[in-house]
Amino acid sequence: MAIIVVRAPIPGIFYDKPAPDQPPFKTEGDSVAPGDSLALVEVMKTFNPVKSSKNGRFVRYLVENEDELMAGQPIAEIDVD
Amino acid sequence: MTVNVLQPGLSTTVQDLGRPGFYHVGIPLSGGMDRYALIAANLLVGNDDGDAVLETTFLGPELQFLEDALVAVTGADLPPLVDGVEQPVWEAFSIKAGQVLSFDYLRSGARSYIAIAGGIDVPLALGSRSTYALGGLGGYQGRALKAGDMLSVGPAKRPAGPGRGIGPELHPPLPTVTELRMLPGLYWHRMTDEAAANFFEDVWKLAPEADRIGGRFRGGRSPKLVDRPQPFGAGSNPSNITDACYPYGSIQIPGCLEPIVLHRDAVSVGGYFMVGTVISADMDLIGQLPPNAKTRFVKVDMEQALEARRAYRRRLDRLRASLS
Repeated sequence: MAIIVVRAPIPGIFYDKPAPDQPPFKTEGDSVAPGDSLALVEVMKTFNPVKSSKNGRFVRYLVENEDELMAGQPIAEIDVD
Repeated sequence: MTVNVLQPGLSTTVQDLGRPGFYHVGIPLSGGMDRYALIAANLLVGNDDGDAVLETTFLGPELQFLEDALVAVTGADLPPLVDGVEQPVWEAFSIKAGQVLSFDYLRSGARSYIAIAGGIDVPLALGSRSTYALGGLGGYQGRALKAGDMLSVGPAKRPAGPGRGIGPELHPPLPTVTELRMLPGLYWHRMTDEAAANFFEDVWKLAPEADRIGGRFRGGRSPKLVDRPQPFGAGSNPSNITDACYPYGSIQIPGCLEPIVLHRDAVSVGGYFMVGTVISADMDLIGQLPPNAKTRFVKVDMEQALEARRAYRRRLDRLRASLS
């Protein structure tokens, strides 16, 4: 078990949920599988999912919903299997 | 020579220097948003100024080269990797048959130009290989690249080798606050004196929805306009005018809210007043603004705008001289 950091692939606006009236993609302790969406980044009028490439357990988000992101910025932690 | 697109990146398009001459019939200029970087990438690999390259946006593609090639990446600081090994930007490097070109995270800027010796070989559309995605014209099937696309590259035109680079003194600046010089235009008088002063005083941030069509700027004070009866044919909002041509670089303020600067894939006509036009010498800078980048507008007159254009050309001359 080791904590890894998930980074924003692109700059833009960070969202931790698929829509304003829905719960966050992941909360602490949720299982994470490769391909699971963890967040959305909005840029150029598109919402781009950030997907996990690992198996593990979700730890936490490192930025607030609707924060401005730089590319490469850490956005979440996963405790990988 | 063929390049296999394994991953397309966020919005990677084939671009050259564009297709001027059709704006009056609604076909925009298109072409690279940072023309200096596009030309530099071409010169580094022995291409002509206006050969077709790939323009990336924020996120680089993953490309597998099926034959040996000479490549250069300029523009944003988006570090290229060949089979995972970092390569310099603003310098030509070799890729061997079978190797994969990918990219690390964007460090600064927004758009990179990937030139391959010989140039991307897509059919000419109205005299240009540039992609106008909104109109489905030019480039690779009129659209941004997708995984599985196979790009043809033309034969190399002249000898060039790896290791040839462009010194940092000839890289364009990527400042913390970008100053965009603008020439006030036909509708400048529509703003109150206070609104006009605020426009130049305020720091504006590029909104994340900015694309090749245009960029909206937020964070400054919305302008007040001088009262007038709306002219025949104009809409009811004070920012509406009787439809007029929109120049490349023109700054419109729809609804008197936030300025939008039109760029290479802009619409050509519409009914919003334009306070002025960003000078041609500064249009490249907009192509390198990441979301939320801070900018200020700086007022210049025609003489200063033309001098800035000459200075831009002199910088290109120095670039050429440094490589010959």
